[in-house]
Amino acid sequence: MTKPLKQVHLAAHFPGVNNTTVWSDPRSGSHIDFSSFAHLAQTAERAKMDFLFLAEGLRLREQNGLIYDLDVVGRPDTFTVLAALAAVTSHLGLAGTINSTFNEPYEVARQFASLDHLSGGRAAWNVVTSWDAFTGENFRRGGFLAQDQRYERARTFLATASELFDSWRGDEIVADSDSGVFLADPLAGSFAHHDAHFDISGQFNVPRSPQGRPVIFQAGDSGDGREFAAECADAICSRHGTLGEGQAFYADVKGRLARHGRTPDQLLILPAATFILGDTDSDAAQEARAVRRQQVSGQTAIKLAEQLWNRDLSGYDPDGPLPEIDPDPGENTIARGRASVRMHRDPVAVARQWRERAAAGNLSMREVIIEVTGRQSFIGSAATIAESINALVQADASDGFILVPHITPGGLDDFAGQVVPLLQERGVYRTEYTGRTLRDHLGLAPHPAAQRAGEAS
Amino acid sequence: MTDRPPLHLAVALDGAGWHPAAWREPLARPGDLLTAGYWAGLVTEAEAGLLDFVTFEDSLSLQPMRRLEPDGATDQVRGRLDAVLIAARVAPLTRHIGLVPTVVVTHTEPFHISKAIATLDFVSGGRAGVRVRVSSRPDEAAHFGRRAVAVAEPRDAASLDTVTGLFGEAADYVEVIRRLWDSWEDDAEIRDVATGRFVDRGKLHYIDFEGRWFSVRGPSITPRPPQGQPPVAALAHSAVPYQLVARSADLGFVTPHDAGHAAQIVAEIRALEADAGRAGAGGTGWPGGPLEPRPGAAVLADLVVFLDEGAGVAAARRDRLDERWGRAYRSDAEIFAGTPGQLADLLLDWQAAGLGGYRLRPAALPHDLTQITRGLVPELQRRDAFRRGYEGSTLRQLLRLGRPASRYAA
Repeated sequence: MTKPLKQVHLAAHFPGVNNTTVWSDPRSGSHIDFSSFAHLAQTAERAKMDFLFLAEGLRLREQNGLIYDLDVVGRPDTFTVLAALAAVTSHLGLAGTINSTFNEPYEVARQFASLDHLSGGRAAWNVVTSWDAFTGENFRRGGFLAQDQRYERARTFLATASELFDSWRGDEIVADSDSGVFLADPLAGSFAHHDAHFDISGQFNVPRSPQGRPVIFQAGDSGDGREFAAECADAICSRHGTLGEGQAFYADVKGRLARHGRTPDQLLILPAATFILGDTDSDAAQEARAVRRQQVSGQTAIKLAEQLWNRDLSGYDPDGPLPEIDPDPGENTIARGRASVRMHRDPVAVARQWRERAAAGNLSMREVIIEVTGRQSFIGSAATIAESINALVQADASDGFILVPHITPGGLDDFAGQVVPLLQERGVYRTEYTGRTLRDHLGLAPHPAAQRAGEAS
Repeated sequence: MTDRPPLHLAVALDGAGWHPAAWREPLARPGDLLTAGYWAGLVTEAEAGLLDFVTFEDSLSLQPMRRLEPDGATDQVRGRLDAVLIAARVAPLTRHIGLVPTVVVTHTEPFHISKAIATLDFVSGGRAGVRVRVSSRPDEAAHFGRRAVAVAEPRDAASLDTVTGLFGEAADYVEVIRRLWDSWEDDAEIRDVATGRFVDRGKLHYIDFEGRWFSVRGPSITPRPPQGQPPVAALAHSAVPYQLVARSADLGFVTPHDAGHAAQIVAEIRALEADAGRAGAGGTGWPGGPLEPRPGAAVLADLVVFLDEGAGVAAARRDRLDERWGRAYRSDAEIFAGTPGQLADLLLDWQAAGLGGYRLRPAALPHDLTQITRGLVPELQRRDAFRRGYEGSTLRQLLRLGRPASRYAA
């Protein structure tokens, strides 16, 4: 008997504050007007996607001591725009990145529970942690968290928030007008959490929401990050979209679940994926090269190189060779507030790899950086892209993809119109939503209703 | 239209209404208080009544009747949603009415609230405002665990210090959110292909606020809101909060018990504004800089309203609700029970005291809201005392406030 076909999961990410977006394209719209977010959300919903995903901003990025101005700058507040999107969608999940450092659990839990109520059960939380003092300059406690404590912080913040979500069972509001009893249990929402990070107690003021708690996403790639996901997350937004890397990551993370009493279907692996859709494969390939050149201008190439070399490189020519010198050792100080600078664990080795690549292809600084800083995940005609996506999912390199268009808000329109129907025809993608909550779309069982400690089930 | 200044009317939305037993009324929907549809229905009704704005109550604890501690009550509405998110959820379903959520400024981050209200302004097309409130409750402090809040008893000197401190923090908080709203000049986004620059960083400004309770560097991560400065409101009952209104707010909600009292309160606020170098009237905006004249706050009187046609009907309903509640409902605001026509008389009478208008608290929802929109408003229109159509598309326009340039603009 052949293995049953896996269903492909697709979602949409509204990018912005990085060099994915080709803002110079005349089709590129506003990154702050609500109409842009509504457009992308409604496209994703028409295409029966699982969710729309937003990142978070806590401080404008800087490089060389100046605000970085080459990429999109400026974004809306994540919770607020997701709540507004709940009004113009009916099924689409609403996933937001909210950090566990410059926030307190009571407030974040209220906001997610409220978003879940106001959307009829479609909220999701991508749990991240910042720790740098640069970001902390915008918040009451400043830079109080040590880098090596970040997963501990995330873990305990999420655990505390979960206690708040579970502090209401869901049956406390009886609202009996005749007897005058609104609340069956005066202790509804009671909680207490005391540890090194949080010393809080009282009553949570948002009753249990439709999903019980938001769907939990996690995005870290390290061993700690994978373990945290295996323990606590419902989905991972990963970075590994190719066959070999994807299969290795998938096997590794899903292999960790049993230790936590979980099964493989309880954690979805969803890499982020960019794409270039063309009439033919060769049209798409040509377009892909053009888009990469738009995303990585000469100026951008210098900036990206500076992030590796950890020093000013403004005297270099992006059409000339890579710097001969080694990157500056030590803490990366050239770029502030940017997640990607933490990715270079061994900058000297990476610089050497870049030089080898440049030598092999006789590439300039800009050309080699275009190659090494990412190419589109899927390039081709609709048929080619549909085939690639399906093959990766069936081969257990992922459970689906979070699509990141390089033109917003309209950059997903053609994909939705041309690629999705092909997946539907193959029987690997839904033609209608069958449930109303995001947990339904992700194939996750409803979150069990909480029991008050000491009570029988 | 007469030469009376325009009357501003707002409605304060909370749960099933302001009377604690309102949830038991036949038209109440106590099982729907946490649904989007309930709030959308109320706000679209308010907009049909051409009201200036609605406010949404909020707190960082279960709604208690006791001032400083939980009461363990089971006979009132308990449980609520975050007010900013309710406002954002109903924004795309409305087009004209202002949306003013309550935010607690004592335990939260001004950086987060600033971008949240700026975003509410974007998703509503320029109709956002914010009502700031302090938290003096020990139970709310315990939900955050970052500081103890000393219990503030009336007429106690140490408590006055506590209250003064809380409102001092509120004033700093408002200053930070205003600076963050200005930290992007209106034309900072340039999308200049020739030079590869998405923004002109010369039009992005650090705010460098340093204060007793927090320091904030800036700039905001969110561009300048459509209104530039969404209106800031505060509820005030006494000298310390009047100071906040005078120095920091565009709107003050006050609780007079008659026209004379209203006049006294307005005079007190105007005197505090004069002390702060703020003009009492005129001016077209918020030109920036602490010493430049800016228009005085619009002072609105809060009133709890029971409204029914027919003599004595509203009073009887009030009595019935009190009986269900088990005691007479008392409020910080004056409680009115009568016909829409009688309320119109009162509103126009008190207006001469210098009030800019009223924030009405419907005793029971939806009944008293629809009495406002379908009874009171038509009566005021008949007397040429209220708009017959929305004359502006932003909340600042409805409040007759100009649109200020960023204080950092050259």
